[in-house]
Amino acid sequence: MSSIVIKAENLGKKYVIGHQAERGNYTALRDVLMQNARTLWSKTKDLAKGKPVIQGDTMEEVWALKDVSFEISRGEAVGIIGRNGAGKSTLLKILSRITEPTEGRVTIRGRVASLLEVGTGFHPELSGRENIYLNGTILGMTRLEIKRKFDEIVAFAEVEKYLDTPVKRYSSGMYVRLAFAVAAHLEPEILVVDEVLAVGDASFQKKCLGKMGDVAKEGRTVLFVSHNMAAVRQLCQNGMVLNEGKVNFLGDIGSTINRYLQDVKTVQAVSLAERRDRQGSQWLKFTGVRLFNTAGNEQRQAISGQDVFIRFYYVSDKVMRDASVNIAFNVRSNQGCLLTNLNSLDVEKTTMNLYSTGFLQCFWPRFSLRSGSYECALFCAVNGDIVDWLQSAFTIQVEDGDFFSTGRIINREQGDVLFSYDWASHPIEG
Amino acid sequence: MTDSSSTHTQEPVLVIESGRTEKNYWADLWRYRELFLILAWRDLSVRYKQTIIGILWAILRPLLTMVVFTVIFSRIAKLPSDGNAPYALMVFAAMLPWSLFSNALTESSNSLIGNEKLISKVYFPRMIMPAATLITAFVDFLISFIILIGMMIYYQFAPGWHILLLPFFIILALLASLGPGLWITALNVKYRDFRYIIPFVAQFGLYVSPVGFSSKVVPEQWRLLYSLNPMVGVIDGFRWCILGGDSPIYLPGFLLSLAIIAFFLWLGVSRFRRMEKTFADLI
Repeated sequence: MSSIVIKAENLGKKYVIGHQAERGNYTALRDVLMQNARTLWSKTKDLAKGKPVIQGDTMEEVWALKDVSFEISRGEAVGIIGRNGAGKSTLLKILSRITEPTEGRVTIRGRVASLLEVGTGFHPELSGRENIYLNGTILGMTRLEIKRKFDEIVAFAEVEKYLDTPVKRYSSGMYVRLAFAVAAHLEPEILVVDEVLAVGDASFQKKCLGKMGDVAKEGRTVLFVSHNMAAVRQLCQNGMVLNEGKVNFLGDIGSTINRYLQDVKTVQAVSLAERRDRQGSQWLKFTGVRLFNTAGNEQRQAISGQDVFIRFYYVSDKVMRDASVNIAFNVRSNQGCLLTNLNSLDVEKTTMNLYSTGFLQCFWPRFSLRSGSYECALFCAVNGDIVDWLQSAFTIQVEDGDFFSTGRIINREQGDVLFSYDWASHPIEG
Repeated sequence: MTDSSSTHTQEPVLVIESGRTEKNYWADLWRYRELFLILAWRDLSVRYKQTIIGILWAILRPLLTMVVFTVIFSRIAKLPSDGNAPYALMVFAAMLPWSLFSNALTESSNSLIGNEKLISKVYFPRMIMPAATLITAFVDFLISFIILIGMMIYYQFAPGWHILLLPFFIILALLASLGPGLWITALNVKYRDFRYIIPFVAQFGLYVSPVGFSSKVVPEQWRLLYSLNPMVGVIDGFRWCILGGDSPIYLPGFLLSLAIIAFFLWLGVSRFRRMEKTFADLI
């Protein structure tokens, strides 16, 4: 009996994307007209020849996946981790037959159910009951199966009272619970799950993790993609790191996560300006992140308890006065746990000028992280337009410091964050 | 590569590879019949939930067009009816297949881009999507069929045995729309311009097809050419079924219409299947 249920051999997936050529600072109508006339002619030729028509002037081939080979055994729970744009979603899409690979092949034994999104196909006008049937069927359950599990699904989602209400009237929490409840009751031999636990409140996330853990324990094969290292560690025995479309590492989950975190550090060595895996309109782009102390000297590391400035250097195509700048970065522990988010919106410091080159500076008094390395994502929106957004944009290295000004060394194993507190003793007088 | 695990015969083995044509595509289509039904049911129930007078729309549209056509073509242009059949009845017997065709074509052409999310997140044989929209069009057809019955009672016009063959022509109308529908919906994924073609076809076709007039008014030497429009055959068939011997079918033209329908169906299916695998990348 062969125990390999998924076998991928040299998988590759190529996308062709178009780029707009660089233009000068101003454009004349004449140039635009000429340009359009020329592209119209070449596009018409392409269309007539049956070649694909691509937007933009130059074409670029991008391999979202390249030479990916692996084997997954029956009953194995495998976590797939990697940065955004590393090819995780493409891999899942190929495994779920949504898109076909450009080269290579996958052999799969058993019924696959994939969950790339919670609530796929949910229709806002339909009631909860109707959506359970709709979504269940879309995910591959038969009507009988859904009927059999209907009460269980409703109970899991905790929406008994609202079964006949259109889901557009549901709160977002209820919506997600219902959607996940349907998915959780799938009984495939192989379950493929993309980052779906990122939604919902904490207690429900825990419930979902538990349910998925059960699935894995029942001997079914689970493929799980997530940025949440804690969830991956809890759910999977083995892991795979994808980096730029290639499998970088295969192994048990602990060493996979360590390897991934090392990768994040190598990412940091790459200057932000050269990063391609970014989102947003990009007229403002971050080029680097640097850390300074109050004396204005640059530091490689932050020290617990120290006052630090973090500077985010950028280049911008637009110069603006009193723009509304929502800049934020979040901090994750090396377990992948989201610790906090430092956001200009929360402190109402959004009115800023933008220059063609400059830096936005965050002042972080009494640096409140324990020693270790922390991964940060960087986000910036100007006047409501997301201009730049990078996952794993940089890491902050933190050294032990005298946070409490006591001269003692703080135990670094006891969590990630520090804050001020005090102790005292009082009698209760009877 | 040889398979070492022949012991697992009941476990489905799936090979995903570039350009691999599914041997069991049509069987797969059958396996997903529940999805087909539920998508059709979704379209129907959403449609009638979102409109105030719901079902009335399916009745009003063909009814008003019929009234206008009867006034223009019969009263003003003074065109003859088929035999003894009342003009209004003759127009309505053609309105039915025409709205079935144009509704089915419109819905199926927009089916893929209207379901972007599903296409990019779940696998199923994509042909289910445009095919399921035929059901919606068919239900609308059944509703407006009630008007026809009402009119026949009003005009005291009893159909002959021909009416028994009506289901054949209903299927023909659906197939006539499915072929171009599949093709256009696939093209629509890639080039959104194609969606503008459909309202044009639906509008234009209403006038070039023999809806407001009998196809007998077309000069004899042009009739074969006229039948290049596949709906000519379908509409003539409907009239023949409903009005009986008063509107005989012009056989060479009908066969030509049949051939055109078959050709478009083949074209639609083959184009659709060729582009199907790239939908998720393009949508």
